[in-house]
Amino acid sequence: MSSVNRRVLPGFYPSLGFTVVYLTVLVVVPLAACCLKAASLSPDEFLAAVWNERARAAYALTFGTSVLAAAANVALGLLIAWVLVRYQFPFKRLFDSLIDLPFALPTAVAGLVYSSLYVRGGWLGRFLVPLGIEAAYSRLAIVLVLTFIGLPFVVRTVQPVLESVDAELEEASSSLGASRWQTFRRVILPLLVPALTTGFVLAFARALGEYGSVVFVSGNMPLRTEIAPVLIVARLSEFRYAEATAIAVVLLAVSFLLLGLINLLERWGKSYEA
Amino acid sequence: MKPEGRLHAAPPRRPGQDPWWVRWTLTLAAVGVVGLLVIVPLVSVFYQALADGVGTYWKNLIADPDTRHAIRLTLGVAPLAVAANLVFGTAAAWVIARFRFPGRTVLMTLIDLPFSVSPVVAGLVFVLLFGLQGYFGPWLRAHGLKVIFAAPGLVLVTTFVTLPFIARELIPVLEAVGADEELAAVSLGARGWQVFSWVTLPNIKWGLLYGLILCNARAMGEFGAVYVVSGHIAGRTDTVPLRVEKLFQEYNTPGSFAVASVLTLLALVTLVVKVALERRVAVVEPEIPPDRTRGGES
Repeated sequence: MSSVNRRVLPGFYPSLGFTVVYLTVLVVVPLAACCLKAASLSPDEFLAAVWNERARAAYALTFGTSVLAAAANVALGLLIAWVLVRYQFPFKRLFDSLIDLPFALPTAVAGLVYSSLYVRGGWLGRFLVPLGIEAAYSRLAIVLVLTFIGLPFVVRTVQPVLESVDAELEEASSSLGASRWQTFRRVILPLLVPALTTGFVLAFARALGEYGSVVFVSGNMPLRTEIAPVLIVARLSEFRYAEATAIAVVLLAVSFLLLGLINLLERWGKSYEA
Repeated sequence: MKPEGRLHAAPPRRPGQDPWWVRWTLTLAAVGVVGLLVIVPLVSVFYQALADGVGTYWKNLIADPDTRHAIRLTLGVAPLAVAANLVFGTAAAWVIARFRFPGRTVLMTLIDLPFSVSPVVAGLVFVLLFGLQGYFGPWLRAHGLKVIFAAPGLVLVTTFVTLPFIARELIPVLEAVGADEELAAVSLGARGWQVFSWVTLPNIKWGLLYGLILCNARAMGEFGAVYVVSGHIAGRTDTVPLRVEKLFQEYNTPGSFAVASVLTLLALVTLVVKVALERRVAVVEPEIPPDRTRGGES
């Protein structure tokens, strides 16, 4: 690594100064204002804002749907990454690039399309609704759209690790008499655990904060299909800023925890590579 | 399956290869998943947008003055946010990739932060600062300035939400290229800007462009944060994604899909450019594995 003396290369102080000022103005001060505003509530008021029936229902829904979607992403992402790394099939390159569509597609578009696909007369709803599967304006709709939003995370974390798995490991395992399934289960899968975990946390973190797509598909009914970000917007539109901020602080705290967790996981993954 | 198969002269298949029926089942399952989750929605956007013919599609897009204004607004807001983050991303990447100093990890964490903050919370914090009842609200009002429910607020939150893209793209590229060429340039008497424009910039230009288009895609498509600060004044503060939502709320589904199809095209163009650039980056620096481990930005 290049730990270059700052007396040799130019631009250390100007770039550092600019970076610090920019981050202070755009990130530190706004987030500090958020905490300051929440601190203007008394502890009782804060608790009443963040721990009432409607808020609890919103957290439970947000966490529950995010966990389910992230778990679905782990299963589907492992499948897709496996197929992409191990097998050849027509249009594989196109298939590979389409995986990234959820990153590039505006969330509002995702929400709009998903809401129209799964209603009674929609392309997929006309098959599912007669079976009793209501995948529009329901909790299932939220899980579905969050699965779409998080689809690339696990694929993109697992893919490079799977590519780097040493073929000799599999040959050794096979020559020792392991079946293909045993080799996968006992040799390959353990190597993928850090990447799968990282992908899960990334998809989960993204799903927790998601707003644009969910607001289209969920129906946003308090206590039933209202996620925490939608609750914040509802409080804002009632001009109850302090209460909105209190819920935002709860979400922020969870985001920070997850950010720390992601950093730890990346270190864990790196220690596996070494 | 049978271990004795390998003892023969020509082994039927490599140990790392799965039987044909496993390959077929898994491939079909993966294609089916992506088909249902990604391809069907993609086709559906264009189908629904064009369902009433090209004429109606065109009218939905162009004849509506509010939609026209939304497009103009997005084309104004997104480049400002991207330009700000371009300057920031380059400066931040230079500092972090080339120097070691106390607080470096803190800076890196701060750069990552906007990715893990919910867009709604991002919008909210700026309302708390610049809204009428916000900390700077009275001062802004006294000076006749409007940030929230106006274009400056849109630029601010868009900049916040897209802040990490370019910096996070550039840091690994700069670290992989190394400082040798820059040190050589300095020892030959080059000045700061000369080093940057003749040595550093040619080395990082594809990475820079890569970060730029991803940043732009997010800037033009951002919904949650913009939703909170815009106030949804049609023809005034509605960006293109907000217009999609408003048309949807007004039960103008064809209009909503027409606008959505423009955003979908933008996403597809972004993907094409991204794939082209990935090949380019791979050719220039074959020793860097494509960094796929990062989230929302890639």
